[in-house]
Amino acid sequence: MKYIKDFKILKNITISDDTFVLELQLRQKLPIIFPGQFVEVLINKSKNTFLRRPFSIHDVNTSKNTISLFIKKVGEGTEALSKYKVGDIVNIIFPLGKGFNLVKNKKVLLIGGGCGIAPLLYLSKRLNENNNEIHVLLGGRSKEDIIKIKEFKKYGKVYISTENGSLCERGLLTQNSVLKNNFDKIYACGPAPMLKAVAKIAKEKNTECEVSLENIMACGIGACLCCVVETKKGNQCVCTEGPVFNINDLTWQI
Amino acid sequence: MADLSINIKKLLFKNPVLTASGTFGYGEEFEDFIALNKLGGFITKGTTLKSREGNAYPRVHETASGMLNAVGLQNKGIDYFIKTTYPIIKDLNTNIIVNVSGSTIEDYTAVAEKLNALEKIPAIELNISCPNVKQGGMAFGTSCKSAAEVTKAIRKTYKKILIVKLSPNVTDITEIARAVEAEGADAVSLINTLLGMAIDAEIRKPVLSTVTGGLSGPCIKPIALRMVWQTYKAVKIPIIGLGGIMNAADAIEFFLAGATAIQIGTANFIDPQTSLKVIKGIENYLSKHKINSINELVGKLSIE
Repeated sequence: MKYIKDFKILKNITISDDTFVLELQLRQKLPIIFPGQFVEVLINKSKNTFLRRPFSIHDVNTSKNTISLFIKKVGEGTEALSKYKVGDIVNIIFPLGKGFNLVKNKKVLLIGGGCGIAPLLYLSKRLNENNNEIHVLLGGRSKEDIIKIKEFKKYGKVYISTENGSLCERGLLTQNSVLKNNFDKIYACGPAPMLKAVAKIAKEKNTECEVSLENIMACGIGACLCCVVETKKGNQCVCTEGPVFNINDLTWQI
Repeated sequence: MADLSINIKKLLFKNPVLTASGTFGYGEEFEDFIALNKLGGFITKGTTLKSREGNAYPRVHETASGMLNAVGLQNKGIDYFIKTTYPIIKDLNTNIIVNVSGSTIEDYTAVAEKLNALEKIPAIELNISCPNVKQGGMAFGTSCKSAAEVTKAIRKTYKKILIVKLSPNVTDITEIARAVEAEGADAVSLINTLLGMAIDAEIRKPVLSTVTGGLSGPCIKPIALRMVWQTYKAVKIPIIGLGGIMNAADAIEFFLAGATAIQIGTANFIDPQTSLKVIKGIENYLSKHKINSINELVGKLSIE
């Protein structure tokens, strides 16, 4: 079941020059939300923003009925959203898409590159409830891109790569030494080249791997068919068949 | 309360608000947000004889007050529709109209023939105006001769209500409207999207995979409205108006210009509940102006 509801902004936290986290509260009880699902936000304080903007759900607090969104400012819409104040109302369609498949009692690696960190916090929380051994690899250009280290540490062991070497290992996330280890499952979210590199590593090690894809979309509910990705079953909508895909289903993994 | 019902020939619509093809899937996508039974009708995604994968990605680009799309009629084909989708939606208490697309006249007629046999599909909308397919699509809708030919062929095959959706990418839309009226179209829908493009200046490349795409949204409303008004003066068959309708006030403008019914398109993406809000808004307008029936409003533009 999908909903269209008004949320109230409880917090708008600046993370870095170009990232922020919104904590949004629903008046009634939140429906069940799976890690990896996303929302479509209507941004009506920006003159030139016409379509809704999709953001993955960063965290969920069922006792407060809040969701968090970790957002990168990439254009006029997200820039306008970053200026919303506590108490402002935001109209949201949610929860959208199919999330990650949660495993139990496994050794898992979560990989987040840049803004791809967003869906992994709630995923860590839920995997932790399922008694998994959690390893989290976070990567970015510099230490400013790496967020929520403390929170991730609540759920598992954290590894970090920065391209400029300002924090932990220097280089691309996919060069991090943790990738030499074996895992039962890898979950990844980030830019397409990173996901492809992760998929290659997973394939070589014969490790099950799910990736969360990003795509430009209009409706978010499978009506417009704009956000497709090529899969072995043909073009599929990232908004309804994804955003999470098993790498074996994607044609770029053949 | 005012009477919102309208007719296209013998087909009764409980209200004049439909949802536009390509923006409403096959209805099911919107079930969580609105009661489909409350719509005057909905028009399915463009359906072709065989399944189509559509165009390459990127397929969408946001523009000022609108969007460009290059979906290219991705759909699973008419047989899939009949076998899988039709049984799910057929008992909805609204008019389900299938948008029919094709690359050849034979394709169109084959699909229309199959749909003629479906009891709960009272009408088809012939798409001769999709700008995003290389063969067929808009090519049929941009000359009077080919628009007339395809309409004539379908009219022979299809016995129920035949609506033809027209392209705005022509010199004079009224000529095309007259041509399809002469060949037995029961109504015309206008307008489909306008051909547009967007460029990424940083890399000096087009944004869409197909270079050009279909422009929709509020930015095209003045053009759509003008074309509805011109066509209203040129044909006797009913006009279903669409193009950038976001609210009831927009819809009222289309009725005044000559539309018997309207379609909500791109607005469904912004607010999936738009169509029901428009129905409510039309009711309020009629009540405020003490008008008994929506039909009294059609073409009542005063230009003195």
